[in-house]
Parts: sequence; C-alpha cells; structure tokens
Amino acid sequence: MTKQFKQYEDKIPEKILEEVKEHLPAKCSEAKVKKILEAVYSEYRRSLAQPGESVGLVGAESIGEPGTQMTLNTFHFAGVSELNVTTGLPRLIEILDGRKNINTKMMEVYLKKPYSTGKNIKKLAENMKETTLQAFLQEISINIANLQMTILMKKSKLKNAGLTEEKATKILSKTFKKFKFKKQKDYSIIVTSNSKDEALNEIYKLKEKIKDAFISGVKGITQVLPVKRGEEYLIVTAGSNLKEILKKEYVDTTRTVSNDLFEIEGMLGVEATRQIIINEVLKVLDAQGINIDIRHIMLVADAMCMSGKVMGINRYGIVKEKPSVLARASFETPINHVINAALTGEVDYLNSVIENVMMNQLVPVGTGLPGLVTKTK
Amino acid sequence: MAAKKDKLTHILVPVHLKLSDKDKKALMEKYNVDIKELPKISIKDPAISHLDAKERDVIKIIRKSSTAGETVFYRGVINE
Repeated sequence: MTKQFKQYEDKIPEKILEEVKEHLPAKCSEAKVKKILEAVYSEYRRSLAQPGESVGLVGAESIGEPGTQMTLNTFHFAGVSELNVTTGLPRLIEILDGRKNINTKMMEVYLKKPYSTGKNIKKLAENMKETTLQAFLQEISINIANLQMTILMKKSKLKNAGLTEEKATKILSKTFKKFKFKKQKDYSIIVTSNSKDEALNEIYKLKEKIKDAFISGVKGITQVLPVKRGEEYLIVTAGSNLKEILKKEYVDTTRTVSNDLFEIEGMLGVEATRQIIINEVLKVLDAQGINIDIRHIMLVADAMCMSGKVMGINRYGIVKEKPSVLARASFETPINHVINAALTGEVDYLNSVIENVMMNQLVPVGTGLPGLVTKTK
Repeated sequence: MAAKKDKLTHILVPVHLKLSDKDKKALMEKYNVDIKELPKISIKDPAISHLDAKERDVIKIIRKSSTAGETVFYRGVINE
C-alpha cells in the first residue's frame, strides 16, 4: 500500500495524501487503494487553478465582498481587556496598505520554560515596560549656592527593577553627557554641570528634561499584560521593540512575534513577513466572524512580498512596480504617470490585462491567453 | 560580505536553502523562466544571512502551508 502512496507523492500534496491515509478503511485491497488514489488525483487536478485563470480578480472579490460586511468599529476590546487594539476594517487597511506607522503596535512575548509557569510574571512584565526616571523619583532639589542638583530615588522601586543607584548613575551620565553624575550612599545622585558660565541655567533646564530620561525596561513598550494561554503564561505588550526583546534571556526567541510588518521584516526576513501578513489578516477576519478562503489571503501576502520587501497594495507599493504605464495610470494619479512616461520615453508592451481593455483588444486572461497554432501544409 | 550569522530559528521563518548551480539550471528549464522573473529576496534578508548567498543565486524555501502541508517556493537573490 505504501508503494502506491509513494507513486503519488509528487503528484498530490502531502496533506491530502495524509487525509486519504487517515480515512482509508482498515481492510482495503490494493486495487481499491489504487482506484481511490486515482480518483483523488483527478479531483485534485480539477480543483487546481487553470492557466490563465484570473486568480487576483477572484481573490479581490472574495475578500472585498465579505469586507463590506465588517463593522466599522475602530476601537474595541479584542480579547485582552485593558489593552486598546485596532481591529476590524482600519486594521485590515493598515496591513494591506503596508503602513510603516501602525496605530497600535503589539507584541506577544513568549517566555522560556521556568518563566512561563507564571511565577513572578508580574514582576517580569513590569521590568519589560519602558520606565523613565519619573517612576523612580522621590524628590529633586537644587542647591543654588553649590550649583548642584540632588536626585533622590525610591529605594523599593529601584530594587524591583533590579537596579542600583550605581547603574542608574551610569545610564544617566550616558544620556546627558554635558553633566557630571555622582552617586551618593542614600539612594541619591548629585548632578553638576560641566559648563561654568551658565551652570545654574543648565541645571534648571535639566530638571524637567531628566524626568523623561529612559532608565530601565525596553524602549517603546508602554503597557504590559500577563496573559494565560493554555498551560503557559505569556506577556502581551502595547508598543513593540522586537530587536531588544529578543535579546532578553527569559524570552522564547522562537515564538515571540510583533504585529508590525516592518519590524518582522527587519528581524526575520520577507518569508516571515508573508506569514505574519496572513496571520494578522486572519486574526482580523476571525474576530469579525468572516470566513474567507485562506488561499486568497495567501495570494495577497505573496503579492505584497514579491519584490523581497513589503509593499502595500496602493500606488506607492505594488501598483508602482507594474511595468505598464497604462496599467499604472488606470489606478490612481493618471496624469502624473502619463507625463513621467512621456518624459522618459517609456514603452508599453501591452502584456497585461488593463491596458488591453483600454485598447479594446483581447485580454490575455483565460482563453484569451494562448495563441493559436495551426499546422501548415 | 558580512560575517556568517546563526540560522534563524523562529517559527515564522521557513527553511531557506541555497540551490546549487545544477539545480538552478534544472529549475530554470523546468519553469522556463529567468532568475529575474522569480520572486525576489534581498541579499540583506536576515533569513539568508547564514547561507552566504550572492546576487543571482536562487533560494529554495520550504514553507509549512496550512492547505498543502509543505510547499516549495523559489526566490532569486537581488542586491538592493
């Protein structure tokens, strides 16, 4: 029996073969297996897209039509309470447009084994959050006579973040190079200015600035939320910084994902981006209870990642890449395209659909695609 | 050329392989295409940094697909 399956291995996708294997009755003669496989093969062949089939058009309609049914609810709480997430149509547009700055960046940070059990997860999550000096501050006082500023910090807060006043001093002196920072024993830091003339002025300015100085955590992460999913705990974050978070030793680097396409592209490459596009679109559609065949979404994702980098489906993205002037002009801003093409002397070879529609010619789609070959006598 | 990096082990990253010249030729003949006509992948792509790929190489990508189990995809390396 396995011999017969082997024969069809490169003809039928693996998954279908497995399904056939699973549903085969326990006792099944070889001849019957052969017949079944033949039937499956012909059915599979029939369900393939034929050459010349306009799959893009079918895909566009298949996504577009259910898309009209989506509620226009911009913000609502999607599963995770407390966190405000862009969902629905705005999110879908964001993904397919390939926006660089998305509305709500999020990460799902998976944790390695001892950390994923949920012990101390709150502390771990808090440490991930971007924290400025403000959070640690007890008091800032300026001594005018000595031209000094004293920063008094909260002991407990520092301890929770795993910091000492020494580390804090180091971080601060790195960010503000014009000033000298000296740590004292009682959780305070003394600041003096390097410049002599306007020392007091500078220190006054610094007093406000220093409150927003980045001290600990991961830059860009504004909110954290420990979530239990199945057996393990993970941390959902608002704001995203995949590069930094993957450096942390407690993070499971194989599963942690962001919802920012460009961050994924930079860290993991185009193929991962293609997958995240599919995942994110499916997430939106599932939340809305819309059922679209995944193949259409795969096609969209493939088209967006065709050129090796993410391109949105708009005139700055994949439409710009079209080789035909007329095809580009028919989409948006026609005058610009026509003028630029005229200036550079572009040639349109009329190879694609829309320019042939404009020319009132046979469109190379379906039966219009192949040429006719006749035998000459 | 940048130093060889570790292979990415993320679940989102499928297997990337570099085709040998022989396989490359066979592929071009099978589908009757040129490397330029293949989908592209940047030479700086983090997923192929461990392969030491050059321009005009072909990368074979074995994706896990939810509809077909495993699918094979090819991308030509571009330098941009």
